[in-house]
Amino acid sequence: MTYRFDYSWIAEYWPVILKGLVTTVELTLIGTLFGVALGIACAWTRSLGPRWLRPPVVAYVELIRNTPFLIQLFFIFFGLPSLGVQMTEFQAAVLAMVINLGAYSGEIIRAGIEATPRGQFEAGASLAMTRFETFRHVVLIPALQRIWPALSSQIVIVMLGSSVVSQIAAEDITFAANFIQSRTFRAFESYFLTTGLYLLLALALRQALRGVGRMLFPRRAAR
Amino acid sequence: MMTFTLWDILRNLLLAARWTVLLSLVSFIGGGLLGMALLYLRIGKARAGQIFVQGYVELFQGTPLLMQLFLAFFGLGLFGIDVPAWLAAGLALILWTAAFLVEIWRGCVESVARGQWEASASLGMGYVQQMRYVILPQAVRVAVPPTVGFSVQVVKGTALTSIIGFVELSKAGTVVTNATFEPFTVYGLVALIYFALCWPLSKSSQILERKLNVAHRNH
Amino acid sequence: MSLIAITEVKKRFGDVEVLKGINLDVERGEVVAIIGKSGSGKSTLLRCVNGLEMIDDGSIMVAGAQLINDDLHLKALRLKVGMIFQQFNLFPHLSAGRNVMLSQMVVKKTPAREAEAMARRMLERVGLGHKFDAYPDQLSGGQQQRVAIARALSMQPMALLCDEITSALDPELVNEVLAVVKELAADGMTLMMVTHEMRFAREVCDRVVFMHQGRVHEIGPPEEVFGNPRTPELRQFLGAQLVV
Repeated sequence: MTYRFDYSWIAEYWPVILKGLVTTVELTLIGTLFGVALGIACAWTRSLGPRWLRPPVVAYVELIRNTPFLIQLFFIFFGLPSLGVQMTEFQAAVLAMVINLGAYSGEIIRAGIEATPRGQFEAGASLAMTRFETFRHVVLIPALQRIWPALSSQIVIVMLGSSVVSQIAAEDITFAANFIQSRTFRAFESYFLTTGLYLLLALALRQALRGVGRMLFPRRAAR
Repeated sequence: MMTFTLWDILRNLLLAARWTVLLSLVSFIGGGLLGMALLYLRIGKARAGQIFVQGYVELFQGTPLLMQLFLAFFGLGLFGIDVPAWLAAGLALILWTAAFLVEIWRGCVESVARGQWEASASLGMGYVQQMRYVILPQAVRVAVPPTVGFSVQVVKGTALTSIIGFVELSKAGTVVTNATFEPFTVYGLVALIYFALCWPLSKSSQILERKLNVAHRNH
Repeated sequence: MSLIAITEVKKRFGDVEVLKGINLDVERGEVVAIIGKSGSGKSTLLRCVNGLEMIDDGSIMVAGAQLINDDLHLKALRLKVGMIFQQFNLFPHLSAGRNVMLSQMVVKKTPAREAEAMARRMLERVGLGHKFDAYPDQLSGGQQQRVAIARALSMQPMALLCDEITSALDPELVNEVLAVVKELAADGMTLMMVTHEMRFAREVCDRVVFMHQGRVHEIGPPEEVFGNPRTPELRQFLGAQLVV
């Protein structure tokens, strides 16, 4: 192979990449925060919440888990405006990520809640706490602790999956790569570099989540 | 301007969905075969093989599938071939699928109790015999539900190949949208077709999982 | 020459030396019980004799087969001694009969028909001839352990190692397993067993080994070890057993 790698464009284009990196990180942070919150709400509904609310939540979770993120994104960004809902690319991307992570993390967190020893609920009840208070103060944190590794993996998956938001022109890392390759015609170099960025980002995110886990759960969960 | 009935739209999408199904099958089967080869290295005794597979998994699970598709597409191009989209799509999806399946399967092999290794060793079996007659038969039973479950990820993963120009269900969705200007209907239908493909797989994975747990409790 | 010759065996896990120079010879047809507190090294010793653990010093020989850490030597050793585990370790995906047939066929290359005949004989011997097609999860703990014994016997070993084989059983199932072991002893099988069943050890064994802190602390015929313990450690150990 006589191909020569050419990275001379970096000097000119690194701000584009940096901007993409910031956008991807922002998307991930906001998406994770609201996505996990939505997931907790779904998990609560499905395992402890009012019965009439369960079927719609099941439908939501199943629909999201069985369709591609790309289509969810297109539906939100291209489809919803015909109902009069207008969004920027960034808003649509965040919304899609929240909805996506909400469904996945809901299932993961539910497993954590259902692994709670019955005695924990009974202890809460015997102390005159309501069901919701027991959930909020006794059940939730140990449940999150049980499934934290699985939840962390899912968050990394969602971060990597966010690369498709470039398809609605949200200006993330992948968007930067596309932009650079269209200007410089150094497609392989551009994608190679950004792929490396994603890899580093994934490693960093995993470490960060481990740190968050240590902060949130200094003690061992009841089993 | 042409007008499209709902049936026109659906028919076009369904025709394209055949390619989604085909690509999914190729990726899953190819990824499965490659995954087996990687598993052989991963649970084998050679340290170099284990490290290689660990690195492989880290690389393919730590980067976006979309990037892998781009790299396959433009990377194969470096060899001076005019790369058809289906080739890059199939290659990237096979490599990606293998990285996930090998990790799923390794977990299943490691879930077999230590006592099974010791009992078979005490009967004089060598490593290969232990694997073939004692460990793998048990691991395979455990592996079926998560493997079926992962096939859903493969089907959904094929949607990204539309971005490098492979014409399957998602690409057809974009094309039809551009012709009809009805994104809400078209992407809604696309989502429903994906759902129809994926949901039975998800559901059977859950049912298989439940059966396995019941069988385990009887011990 | 002794069937099992354990000479100056030392074994450490990390910083902890669990066997500090064990010497023990077991004669053909002899039944030896190993007793002692948990952590005294008794299970480790047994596992070394089967090559499930490697030793750091000394040697273990069973009928001319030496414990050496390579596949060929380990296989030769394991063909001489069988092992029964606390947790039975039956293969859950195979029927009782298939459990007994498998290693004959893959290790000894015995034809299926002969392996099956042997399996039926051995299951008959442990009183489970009628359970040939039952799966492990359909059997009680006592029955599973008897299948495990039949499985080890089918390889026609010269000695059997029993590692607390009744400890995981409900009390009412202990006797059916001990009865099988007793019969094996009566038939002249060489047995080395780690056990907490003191009465059984007293009745059936030719010699009793008391291990303490990685050493053979006392050894002798059961009347002597149980009737006239010479060291305070053994006295204390036996006292604690009586309370239980």
